[in-house]
Amino acid sequence: MNFSDITLPHYLTLGGILFALSVIGIFLNRRNLIVLLMAIELMLLAVNMNFIAFSHYLGDMGGQVFVFFILTVAAAESAIGLAILVVLFRNRATIAADELDALKG
Amino acid sequence: MSANISLTELVLVPVAPLVGAIVAGLFGKQIGRANAHRITILGVLISFVISAMTLSAVVYDGFHFSGTVYEWMNAGGLKMEVGFLIDGLTAMMMCVVTFVSLMVHVYTIGYMEEDPGYQRFFSYISLFTFSMLMLVMSNNFLQLFFGWEAVGLVSYLLIGFWFKKPSAVFANLKAFLVNRVGDFGFILGIGLIATYAHTLNYAEAFDAFTKPGGLATQGFGLGTDWMLITVTCICLFIGAMGKSAQFPLHVWLPDSMEGPTPISALIHAATMVTAGIFMVTRMSPLFELSDTALNVVLVIGSITALFMGFLGIIQNDIKRVVAYSTLSQLGYMTVALGLSAYPVAVFHLMTHAFFKALLFLAAGSVIMGMHHDQDIRNMGGLRKYMKITYWTSLIGSLALIGTPFFSGFYSKDSIIEAAHSSHLPGATFALWSVTIGVFVTAFYSFRMFFLVFHGEERFRNPPFPAAAEEPAPELEEDDAHGDHGHAHAHAAHSHDDHAHDAHGHGHDDHGHGHDHEPHESPLVVTGPLVLLAIPSAVIGGWTIKSMLYGGFFGSSIFYNSEKHAAMEELAKDFNEAGGAVGMGLHAFTSLPFLLALAGVVLSYVMYIVKPSLSDTAAKIFAPITKVLENKYYFDWFNENVLAAGARLLGRGLWKGGDQGLIDGLFVNGSARLVGAVAGVVRLVQTGHLYWYALVMILGVFGLMTWQLWPYFQTIAH
Repeated sequence: MNFSDITLPHYLTLGGILFALSVIGIFLNRRNLIVLLMAIELMLLAVNMNFIAFSHYLGDMGGQVFVFFILTVAAAESAIGLAILVVLFRNRATIAADELDALKG
Repeated sequence: MSANISLTELVLVPVAPLVGAIVAGLFGKQIGRANAHRITILGVLISFVISAMTLSAVVYDGFHFSGTVYEWMNAGGLKMEVGFLIDGLTAMMMCVVTFVSLMVHVYTIGYMEEDPGYQRFFSYISLFTFSMLMLVMSNNFLQLFFGWEAVGLVSYLLIGFWFKKPSAVFANLKAFLVNRVGDFGFILGIGLIATYAHTLNYAEAFDAFTKPGGLATQGFGLGTDWMLITVTCICLFIGAMGKSAQFPLHVWLPDSMEGPTPISALIHAATMVTAGIFMVTRMSPLFELSDTALNVVLVIGSITALFMGFLGIIQNDIKRVVAYSTLSQLGYMTVALGLSAYPVAVFHLMTHAFFKALLFLAAGSVIMGMHHDQDIRNMGGLRKYMKITYWTSLIGSLALIGTPFFSGFYSKDSIIEAAHSSHLPGATFALWSVTIGVFVTAFYSFRMFFLVFHGEERFRNPPFPAAAEEPAPELEEDDAHGDHGHAHAHAAHSHDDHAHDAHGHGHDDHGHGHDHEPHESPLVVTGPLVLLAIPSAVIGGWTIKSMLYGGFFGSSIFYNSEKHAAMEELAKDFNEAGGAVGMGLHAFTSLPFLLALAGVVLSYVMYIVKPSLSDTAAKIFAPITKVLENKYYFDWFNENVLAAGARLLGRGLWKGGDQGLIDGLFVNGSARLVGAVAGVVRLVQTGHLYWYALVMILGVFGLMTWQLWPYFQTIAH
């Protein structure tokens, strides 16, 4: 199988699968907030995948520039997210998503 | 005396007592007891002097005043003002009110001497004088209504003056409620006048009804064939029924005797209760337009005159006897109104004011002498101990029963004569009522008189040692009503003192009870008695000619002499008899005099010559006595039918309407609905992040599907 056999739909499908996985990860995960963060990261990667695929096949470099920005912001966001998690753990002594229901009315 | 009374002087008439009332009421504690009575008496004295000047100006110089003093507001063309209308009727009423009030003020110094509410009492009676003057001097319906309600309020305050006595509180509430019924009719009447005549001024309103093509012939509408004027007059008369205690709204007046005696004299005999009579007289141009209304007035008056008199026979409380006689006499006045003999009604109002105030004050004097025992069965032989009271009471009683040459005779006999000459359908009944009423009046008046002043001295060993009707006043209230801490301390004391009171020791400082001899009252009490006895004796004969036949009232009273010839006939008879003296001489052979004489003789026989006869009579007439003792079951009816019905209705509205519908359905119901909806909706709010995320994603999915649906369709094809 040649590299050129891999067409845009393949990349888009991969992106879609990654996105679906991360969505499922968000829903099914009841125990651990870190997994939730990871799922969000995965979601961003799926989007990045689409960006790069389109960028490549449409010949527009703007999409790949976008990916750099997204990766940077995602890294910063993960760092902040983890920091918040640490504080949360100190306060609540748990990071189980099930037990964090302070929003409940 | 000046020929003209300036507006300032007229304004001073009601304002002087008002100032007295305010000073005595608000600063009573600071100025002390003596100053409280000085300032209020001064205020009423000023009023009386100016009133007398006004009367003199009206009589001798034809003084007449009608105008606005102060315009309060002008709403939609309806002018609301304070204004005075001074004519013969007003001037006479002003004099009667201020004179009786002045006498009562002076009398109160003696009667309320030991009462801690001294300043409050003076404040109230001055306030009453102000209200009553506003009522009689008014030139418009609004001010009339103001005075009307204000005298009602003061009456309420004074009946419940001893507010620690449950019966007094009950009585003042009853008076207030019954008067509300009357006032409801009254305000409806005023409302009808304001609606149709578009004015509150007397003269303009009368003009709107009486002018050719005016409202006199207008129907009431609403699918009835009533005349507007009839409905209006009957509504107004319902107001008069409440205030003047006419059947069936009479029930409050006997109970109002719970108040101190001076105000029984001032308010519940001489002045306030005559407000209804005055009002109907003032409205004579309207009442003359409706024969139906006059008939209603006539019949109601007749019923009151006769049947309330019967009740007086079996009463044993000295004040209640006088109260029922007041009811009966008010009935006489109302009969005169119904017969279109308005001047006669007002004439009787005036003479009655003097002799009834006299009788009440004399009764008060007796009560003081008896150390606050009011049961006439415990009295007897007081003539020896209370000479002045005895003689003044005799004059009052003779005037009341219509002895020729006394003032009551001229007014009462004129009413009976007027009933002769009327052609209204109710006139026959009225004639019978007032004629029999003469006998009844004579009987109960002299029954009381003989029981109190003659016969055996029963007070040494009272056969009916009931607890004193009027509690010892000094125990009732603290001097300063502002000072609550102090008042409580006193209340605790008064409880102990009341235990003594059960034995009837009214005055602790007198230091004696029933077994001691009664004593004549001080000069401040007997003075007013004498001053009232003089007009009670002479004013009738002196003024009958000018008041009834001399055009004294002039334009202030209107009667249609073609339709209702009562006044014409009276004038003819009066002139034939040869004036006041001739009328008196002529009366010795007439039926009313014989009936009165029979009443006096019968009471003398039953209560002095052979007292056992009264017991026998009571046994024979036991069923009738029972009805009378229960006051024709009016209180029972009111309590068990009207009040119970009102309570039932109130309970229904409370439980069903208020608690069920408004609270249950609207107020709490809407809240419950929100709660129920929220209870369902809150299930969505789990608080778990992943749920929110899921909903968001599903939302985005749904939104995109919706937005892109047309595009998908184009792809599909």
